[in-house]
Amino acid sequence: MSEVMQKMRAPLLPGVVALALSTAYLIALLAAEKQALIIGLLAFAVVAVLAAHYLGWLNLVSRSFADQEDVLGIYAILAACVVAAFFHDNHFVLLLFVTVLLYTVATLGLNIQFGYAGVLNFAGASFFGIGAYTSAVLSTYTAVPHLLVLLIGGMLAALIGSLLLVPVLRTRGHYAALVTIAFALLLKTFLEVNNVLGGPQGMQVKGMSILGWSFNDNFEIGKIEMSFYLNYFVVSMLLLTGTFVLVRRLERSWIGLNLDALRLDEIAASCFGLDIARWKITAFLLGNFLIGIAGALFGMVGGFVAPNNYTFADSLIMVSILLLGGIGNPWGLVVATFIVVVVPEKLQTIQEYRILLFALIVIMMLLFRPEGLLPRPVRRYFPGWRA
Amino acid sequence: MTYLLEARGLTRKFGGVVALDNLDLAVVPNEIIGLIGPNGSGKTTFFNVVTGIYGAHGGSVTFDGADITRASSPAVYHAGISRTFQRSRLSLPLSIFDNIMIGNHKRLNQGLWFNLIRRGEFKREFEVNYSAARTLVEVFEPQLAERMFEPVGGLPMIHRRRIEICRALINQPKLLLLDEPSAGMTHDETKELMDDILQVRDLNRNLTIIIVEHEMGVIERITERCVVLNFGRKIAEGPYRQVAVDRQVQEAYLGVE
Repeated sequence: MSEVMQKMRAPLLPGVVALALSTAYLIALLAAEKQALIIGLLAFAVVAVLAAHYLGWLNLVSRSFADQEDVLGIYAILAACVVAAFFHDNHFVLLLFVTVLLYTVATLGLNIQFGYAGVLNFAGASFFGIGAYTSAVLSTYTAVPHLLVLLIGGMLAALIGSLLLVPVLRTRGHYAALVTIAFALLLKTFLEVNNVLGGPQGMQVKGMSILGWSFNDNFEIGKIEMSFYLNYFVVSMLLLTGTFVLVRRLERSWIGLNLDALRLDEIAASCFGLDIARWKITAFLLGNFLIGIAGALFGMVGGFVAPNNYTFADSLIMVSILLLGGIGNPWGLVVATFIVVVVPEKLQTIQEYRILLFALIVIMMLLFRPEGLLPRPVRRYFPGWRA
Repeated sequence: MTYLLEARGLTRKFGGVVALDNLDLAVVPNEIIGLIGPNGSGKTTFFNVVTGIYGAHGGSVTFDGADITRASSPAVYHAGISRTFQRSRLSLPLSIFDNIMIGNHKRLNQGLWFNLIRRGEFKREFEVNYSAARTLVEVFEPQLAERMFEPVGGLPMIHRRRIEICRALINQPKLLLLDEPSAGMTHDETKELMDDILQVRDLNRNLTIIIVEHEMGVIERITERCVVLNFGRKIAEGPYRQVAVDRQVQEAYLGVE
């Protein structure tokens, strides 16, 4: 009997139920205005998750996701569309939602570098900023098509990041991290004193427009007025889906194995033919490329870039998302980004203390659950595959 | 006579310590050589110099007709030398299958396009390698073959050693370097592991093995010839029975009166 069970895929139902409940909860949380109600909802979530954990339901959900990821991924996209449709005329909520999506793309990039290859990058926000500044400059001074601007933003982030390759390859662990911190500080100073890039005041970014469709205008479907942020939601969702699939395939390939091998033991890896430099470079450039694309789109969404939006503190927030979600687990990153971006926005009372709160969360995580909220499972090359 | 591996005048120093002192060592194809000597006599250093982890300060190493004295670790691996480590160097969070595939690097397609886009082809390559790894593990321990996707970190020492040897063997090397495979294991476990190694060699007669070992029972049982090191120098060479009674060897192990 147990052998038969092992040969079968885990059922889809727990995953679908979990997605449906999360969607309903997210809508309630985003719609809530009163601080007392929001605090109540957050407390409810903590209790519900703990209860589900002790009843063994979370285990069912994670097995369902492990075996049926393809189907559940499509349901997750649908769920995101439902949330967006529910708030179709609400600028604030949609902007928040798009921010979550783009931050997730950026942390997925960071995850390739840190989670897989073990290359610490404390300049995530800087590469995000390089992408955003690229779209500011290109949309202001040139007529480059906007989808191409996103691509150039990614490539420029990777290119400028390659300046760090030599020091990153020659140092390890904390020392490599210091190199990236120095870069983050240098870049901010460079942007502040550079008049062409607007100095400390920054620059405006033109809204996106593709084939004459201007993203910054509200539009109507039937008689219903839609927020212009829905345009950005669609593009961000496409970008996130593409990035998610890419990162998943990367992990579930020999390349993902190479990156894990070099993170865990460089000497053993090189005794089995691995070219350490080649794979570190691949991971670092690919990660920065993804962060840059997300930043370029984020610049257009926000309509404005300034050095103060891309500081070392923002990089730390990205790293804390990674630690909170579960290093190496893309689903964990989605959940963690929602928590880190949405909760302080909704809970105005803690706004001022949010950095303090993140620091506390990170310390608590490292002490009590160092593998993150959703720990990375052992690699499965094909979900549901059985020998 | 052509040698598979030949070290000539190999020297390696660490500060004032001469770990390898003008060492000559030659290995003919298909033999099993035991490399023995007291702690600190340079056995592991020899492995590390051959596999490119340390550079040599003098002398040369040729393997299969090519000079590998200055070759990097990946180049030595690609030439056909695989090794295990004295202190296990498995990647503990990764599965048994993943760890074995790390050793299979040169036979896996490493192209970005192949790995990310051609998933159909990738799946075929994955399945071929999965059955190869499984077959190899079954030689050592059929039970383990049922647990290919479990993390290595949860396994006892003897299983870890087995997986480490499978990782070294999966790419069908010409030369296998075993660095103290019995370290940290009981007497019975050591015996089991040696049976496994002999069984693998019966399956692949082209395999040449150099084994570093302190357990003399193991050396006596599986090696055809021994090289004894002391302070980085070769002090004796020959079948185990012959070197075991050598006066210099006994002095190296037991000291001089």
